[in-house]
Amino acid sequence: MSQATDTDVREDGIIESVSGPVVTARDLDARMNDVVYVGSEGLMGEVIEIEGNITTIQVYEETSGVSPGEPVEGTGSPLSVDLGPGMLDAIYDGVQRPLDVLEEKMGSAFLDRGVDAPGIDLEKTWEFTPEVAEGDEVEAGDIVGTVPETPSIDHKVMVPPDSEGGEVVAIESGNFNVEETVVELDSGEEIQMHQEWPVRQQRPTVEKETPTEPLISGQRVLDGLFPIAKGGTAAIPGPFGSGKTVTQHQLAKWADADIVVYVGCGERGNEMTEVIEDFPELEDPTTGNALMDRTCLIANTSNMPVAARESCVYTGITIAEYFRDMGYDVALMADSTSRWAEAMREISSRLEEMPGEEGYPAYLSARLSEFYERAGYFENINGTEGSVSVIGAVSPPGGDFSEPVTQNTLRIVKTFWALDADLAERRHFPSINWNESYSLYRDQLDPWFEDNVRADWPETRQWAIDTLDEEAELQEIVQLVGKDALPEDQQLTLEIARYLREAWLQQNAFHDVDTFCEPEKTYRIMDAAKTYNDAAFEALDAGVPVEEITDIDAAPRLNRIGVQEDWNEYIDDLEDDIESQLRELY
Amino acid sequence: MKEYQTITEISGPLVFVETDEPVGYDDIVEIELSDGETRRGQVLESASDYVAIQVFEGTEGIDRDASVRFLGETMKMPVTEDLLGRVMDGTGQPIDGGPEIVPDERLDIVGEAINPYSREYPEEFIQTGVSAIDGMNTLVRGQKLPIFSASGLPHNDLALQIARQATVPEEEEGGDDEGSEFAVIFGAMGITAEEANEFMDDFERTGALERSVVFMNLADDPAVERTITPRLALTTAEYLAFEKDYHVLVILTDMTNYCEALREIGAAREEVPGRRGYPGYMYTDLAQLYERAGRIQGREGSVTQLPILTMPGDDDTHPIPDLTGYITEGQIYIDRDLNSQGISPPINVLPSLSRLMDDGIGEGLTRADHADVKDQIFAAYAEGEDLRDLVNIVGREALSELDNKYLDFADRFEEEFVDQGTDTARSIDETLELGWDLLSMLPKDALNRIDEDLIEEHYREDEAAETVEAEA
Repeated sequence: MSQATDTDVREDGIIESVSGPVVTARDLDARMNDVVYVGSEGLMGEVIEIEGNITTIQVYEETSGVSPGEPVEGTGSPLSVDLGPGMLDAIYDGVQRPLDVLEEKMGSAFLDRGVDAPGIDLEKTWEFTPEVAEGDEVEAGDIVGTVPETPSIDHKVMVPPDSEGGEVVAIESGNFNVEETVVELDSGEEIQMHQEWPVRQQRPTVEKETPTEPLISGQRVLDGLFPIAKGGTAAIPGPFGSGKTVTQHQLAKWADADIVVYVGCGERGNEMTEVIEDFPELEDPTTGNALMDRTCLIANTSNMPVAARESCVYTGITIAEYFRDMGYDVALMADSTSRWAEAMREISSRLEEMPGEEGYPAYLSARLSEFYERAGYFENINGTEGSVSVIGAVSPPGGDFSEPVTQNTLRIVKTFWALDADLAERRHFPSINWNESYSLYRDQLDPWFEDNVRADWPETRQWAIDTLDEEAELQEIVQLVGKDALPEDQQLTLEIARYLREAWLQQNAFHDVDTFCEPEKTYRIMDAAKTYNDAAFEALDAGVPVEEITDIDAAPRLNRIGVQEDWNEYIDDLEDDIESQLRELY
Repeated sequence: MKEYQTITEISGPLVFVETDEPVGYDDIVEIELSDGETRRGQVLESASDYVAIQVFEGTEGIDRDASVRFLGETMKMPVTEDLLGRVMDGTGQPIDGGPEIVPDERLDIVGEAINPYSREYPEEFIQTGVSAIDGMNTLVRGQKLPIFSASGLPHNDLALQIARQATVPEEEEGGDDEGSEFAVIFGAMGITAEEANEFMDDFERTGALERSVVFMNLADDPAVERTITPRLALTTAEYLAFEKDYHVLVILTDMTNYCEALREIGAAREEVPGRRGYPGYMYTDLAQLYERAGRIQGREGSVTQLPILTMPGDDDTHPIPDLTGYITEGQIYIDRDLNSQGISPPINVLPSLSRLMDDGIGEGLTRADHADVKDQIFAAYAEGEDLRDLVNIVGREALSELDNKYLDFADRFEEEFVDQGTDTARSIDETLELGWDLLSMLPKDALNRIDEDLIEEHYREDEAAETVEAEA
């Protein structure tokens, strides 16, 4: 327990009333946010209100059949997660119970109640290699050794953040389980691989820094137009069917983070199953190992208890922070934050709190900002640097972005990927609307793209943006008078913009090659469209009719670049062909 | 069992009773009226000295002298394979005059959530015989795919057509002789007696009743009863699927009535309402129904859901379709314009979606060209639809040759591909071949979403030539 000093026995209480996930208890001696076990089945719950002798508890499991008079037992500690090796390649529910262990313990494919399990395997032994020697001084947060957790990730064993530190008096390499002491300090403190941390409390850091490196997603529209930084925040709002979950999955698969924490918050069971089935088969593009080796999944599907849905995002971000402390870049996907907000609303309404906008509690905005502020690029207390990037899906009712969850999220996040039902309807995927979306990281990330991809990345991107903007304006006219009524140069711009949309912005997540696009390829596709643009306008100036320019055989091949494995060669040939075919026209 | 005669308040569907013993949350209650009639209800809130009870059959005629018995267990559904062919009312009592049901098991109707770790991802195609679904928005076993409709539209005909025609194409290699059988569970909530007759007549006419279990809560039955009808249906479905290896198709109609009942109870309890007066927990409540669809590792059977809802005012941003769309794996839109043009079934494929489609189609499942053909048809039809607006302003003559082809494509797509009538069942091959017939109206290089090899294999040169001739 993180509250190691707290050993006093707390008195048990008696259930006073039961209403769905909200239970009140009499005579319970507990502090705010303490974990308690409710009823004779010992259902897990958390204290959310104390009024006189009456304590209100939100219960993380179904409460059918629970009756007044049953006991409530306090644990004296707040809702915490188990931290240590064994979290990667795992799948948890919203209060960090491993779902595979639950299946085994319950002996059923259905989730029973009152079964608890530690978040990490306490028996399993890990090979510990010391990083410090006897006689070294260590402080809170310092790395004392490593454990090869998965082929991709070395788990760093750290002095707990609330430790006093001291001189190492005993340390040895070897195989230990997570509860065995691996380091002893002169203060008498014993350090194990296993730590606990309360989920609602941010893990300490030295300072937050300005992020300057992009989180490469392998998605052209994101990397190309609306990049997110490592340590940045992004929101993906969109009506149902517009591709939020596919976008989140794509990010979880291809983002160049060291660790991915994927929180399925109140969403579909089959989607989580898809992740569980797909990820072990997929290869991490940077390490070549299985994607699961760097992934921690938290699945609290929509039909699982609502109170556990409220806590699952906190469970996720605490795990993310723990890996950040090791110096890793962590990306957290939360799908969907609206379900989390609705869980807050449901609990709040059971407490008969005064509602704010649309029935959401008045503290909605505060909770959202607290959560997103836990993201960032940090200097850790052990001197390493690490980041937590948070990408939250938002599911606005009726696709209306003016609702409270979307609006409160947008006030905090710096990247906004607006999903568009119209684009989805015409199967333009990812259906991210390029006119509405924005990224406030663009300028601070440009130097990285200039250094690591191409020096003219910002200019070429600006050309693409201008072309797409012009298309949007021209489309309004076309709606009224038809395309043929436009002057020739504008007709040509429309044609170029169409290729930008079809060849560059669209990307097939289900195609083996197209699903991931490295920044260099993103640049080259955009640049190929620009090559066509420049050559085509030259031809137009030379008096070639626009129909002939747009009719060249080579142009439609732009749309096939995405699926090419040998894209460099393909684009070289294509650019040559475009230029020579246009040249032949005059 | 203790009896109480301590009713303190009766309000709408709710009864409040003073108690001196603890009563379990969600427990079942029997209320005996002075004339001997017994009503059933459920504990909504349990405190140490009183409980709130929601009465399924309505509170009419209950007075403060009625006696209340707490049965000490939550609502159970008696299940057995013999339920197939039976018709029950909305609370699970047989109304077909058949023999008494001897249950194998009695299962809790609330049901427990399937552990996401134990699920199996659904990827087996169900052939509904409806081209607009099979070809464009494929249904797979274990999916929940609602029909978004509105008053006055033929959603019931479509549901019946699917129930009648749905088959799982034979697995050729598996030698799956015993195979799993198909069963249909029909849960009606607040539908009119006429609609109910329509369903029953069709079931009887086609012999489908033998493999069906019917739960009927009609429009004049108590609204509160509607909140348990789908749970009874789904409990039966889970039993047949996961214990008896059936592939179960659950048709729930009309979810709008179910949500109205939720709102009614919420209002009676004086809860803080969410959007448009519906309770804030409606998302969770609906999820607890819809998420009961699926497959489980190591079990043969599956539960596939086809809920039907009528969108108030044809508005899909209304909370009921909106929350449903966020939980279900896609949706099928019934379109008023197509219906008035006489197209049957009037499915608008553009806003419709099947999220599980991509994994359920392709080589070995349906056909190698399925995904590409579907993408191309979507793109071409969307293009044609866009151009229709323009034609109204500038006329066909002002459009290019290709644009005119897109317009023809959109017309023929609706008339030939979608409009197949309620009695035609098309195999997936027929559907895809028809798709190629239509796509071949367009020039080859406009088919930018289809792999070149597939174009070579399937493109109809003569079809393209014909259109050119016709224009000449």
